[in-house]
Amino acid sequence: MASDYITSDMIESSEFSFLAVKYNVHGVPHTVINEEHSIVGAQSEMEFARAILKAIGQ
Amino acid sequence: MGVLKEKDKKKVANIFKGIEKDVKIVMFTQEMECPHCEMTRTMLEEVSDLSDKLSLEVHDFVAEADLAKKYGVDKIPATVILGDKDYGIRFYGVPTGYEFNVLIEDIMDVGKRNPALSKEVMTELAKIDQPVHLQVLISPT
Repeated sequence: MASDYITSDMIESSEFSFLAVKYNVHGVPHTVINEEHSIVGAQSEMEFARAILKAIGQ
Repeated sequence: MGVLKEKDKKKVANIFKGIEKDVKIVMFTQEMECPHCEMTRTMLEEVSDLSDKLSLEVHDFVAEADLAKKYGVDKIPATVILGDKDYGIRFYGVPTGYEFNVLIEDIMDVGKRNPALSKEVMTELAKIDQPVHLQVLISPT
């Protein structure tokens, strides 16, 4: 909602275990950004926002 | 058979009093429902009954493949939460346990047309100038 550029999927990893395997998920929450970057564990909102910006090279 | 407990329904109905604008929930399942699909549908039917501001549309992932594609839905059960527009919010799988709270929070944020984020975080996110696809993998608790 904060940005029109962002789409966000919550994925139940036990129901879609092929995705947990694909993204090498060992712990949750595990956030995948644009298929190639990962954030493991819970983060503050600001840390999360900065991780997104870093992932897109800003 | 119901999914939500009566006391939880009461609690959620009370939270939903804070919804200001209409929220539409779009769910994708299929004719031969997988157990998780059936549970998700039943839960969403119960949730959407708790407020006049909520509506639920259930679609067939197979028979309505074009619509699923329009929403970018590629697996089921899928739950899409819409306000005046599509904010890109999707749940894949049954939103139970902690995820149920997240579902309710997301409905409230959309119902208020306001993400519950600080001004500082909003300023950071406003810098995003290209598509970002987040996939948050979680597990039931």
